[in-house]
Amino acid sequence: MCGIVGLFLKDKELEPKLGEMLTQMLTTMSDRGPDSAGIAIYGRGTRGKAKLTVQSDRPDQDLDGLAPELGQAIGTEVGIRRIDTHAVLELEAGRVHAARKAVRELRPGIRVMSDGEVIEIYKEVGLPKDVADRFELSRMEGTHGIGHTRMATESAVTTEGAHPYSTGADQCLVHNGSLSNHNDLRRKLMRKGVRIESMNDTEVGAAYLTWKMQNGASLGEALDSSLEDLDGFFTFVVGTRDGFGVLRDPIACKPAVMGETSQYVAFGSEYRALVSLPGIEGASVWEPEPATVYFWRH
Amino acid sequence: MQTYDLTERGLRGLNSILHAQSEDTNQVSWEVVNPRGSHAIAVGLDAPLEITVKGSTGYYCAGMNQGAAITVKGSVGPGVAENMMSGSVVVEGDASQYAGATGHGGLLVIKGNASSRCGISMKGIDIVVHGNVGHMSAFMAQAGSLVVYGDAGDALGDSIYEARLFVRGSVKSLGADCVEKEMRPEHVCILQDLLERAELHARPEEFRRYGSARKLYNFDIDNVADY
Repeated sequence: MCGIVGLFLKDKELEPKLGEMLTQMLTTMSDRGPDSAGIAIYGRGTRGKAKLTVQSDRPDQDLDGLAPELGQAIGTEVGIRRIDTHAVLELEAGRVHAARKAVRELRPGIRVMSDGEVIEIYKEVGLPKDVADRFELSRMEGTHGIGHTRMATESAVTTEGAHPYSTGADQCLVHNGSLSNHNDLRRKLMRKGVRIESMNDTEVGAAYLTWKMQNGASLGEALDSSLEDLDGFFTFVVGTRDGFGVLRDPIACKPAVMGETSQYVAFGSEYRALVSLPGIEGASVWEPEPATVYFWRH
Repeated sequence: MQTYDLTERGLRGLNSILHAQSEDTNQVSWEVVNPRGSHAIAVGLDAPLEITVKGSTGYYCAGMNQGAAITVKGSVGPGVAENMMSGSVVVEGDASQYAGATGHGGLLVIKGNASSRCGISMKGIDIVVHGNVGHMSAFMAQAGSLVVYGDAGDALGDSIYEARLFVRGSVKSLGADCVEKEMRPEHVCILQDLLERAELHARPEEFRRYGSARKLYNFDIDNVADY
């Protein structure tokens, strides 16, 4: 069991409240996933700049002085905004690849959570409310966001076992369910040179989507082919730069509820997650069909 | 009429008050407000109470009901009226997966659509859905009737035993050992009664009946390679 929440705003006036609404949704899903929580937030970006969200278990050691050292290593100015165990590095968009490589060399203890123009991913072990408080999620603004509460089944309770997972620039994946062929698929993908860092099944799902897209598939096509190549139970929610998508496996035993009004499209593992949203009483509420890819875009 | 506010007084309080009512209670009529998607509302009732839930509920609403009449003025999460013994449950909105699962008796009416696995392993319950049902509905159904005014999804009645399935709309596909059967006068009578009790205005003649081909009942040596 795990909990997923997602909120895609149509009404710009709600954007300052995105974090507040998502926090409420996320904490409601605590009993579906009390061991870790994470959030991908699509906020403000600067054209030509990229954001690299990084995390360390020893932030004082790894994040102090990181920005100037990284700037020197890749020959460009790097800005840094620290939040608890995470930091958002801002740099020239074309230098992301070099920055990832340099971070690995300069600070091997750092994990890169995400990169892109607008996405920031925060995730940690702990009760969803505590994780949301640590990152001051309720104060975050943005156009859309995805959250996950984890009850671990396939791998240990660690930061890298928590969701969301980055699947590419400004893209992420969260998962409720369990994949049963992840060991085999991990070996196959690693043989093809795909980097996979944990024994977690969802990370393999994310790596699979990334690999498909690197080989020319669109996100929709990658999701479609996952129905063939991934064995197991899943409700996936994916975030993209300008929207989000939903896919359930053909058996569809992992729950999913959508709520839509003129102001937003919301996703919850249960209706409970949606009850505090404005105007939910009059919303169109329905369950996504199995084996069908859904997308909402700005 | 007693009113119970779930937000103020909590779920355990509600279910214990309802369980404390005896067969001859004079507090028959209850209204539950602010359900906000909560789980296990009005479960395990065994007295002839009338409960109205004003709003949508989460998992397992009205489970194990014996004798109560429960109406939900909203939609319900997975497992509504699971293992019902008798009484009735009416959902005015939609129902999530496995509505009426393993039910032994009573009547479940869903005025909207029901999702996948509606009536899975039903053992005598009657289920009437005014809208559509999802895939794998009436999977391993053993007894009772499932009536669908709209369409049925994939694999209807897979591995069915002796339940009766009546569908007015299309059936995307039939599951293993489920076949269309002749609608005889006694079936029209049964269906007429169910439609009336479920306040569904339709003519029984518009429905088709499906049931078991009874080919999976016993081990068949010719199928040994399939096991």
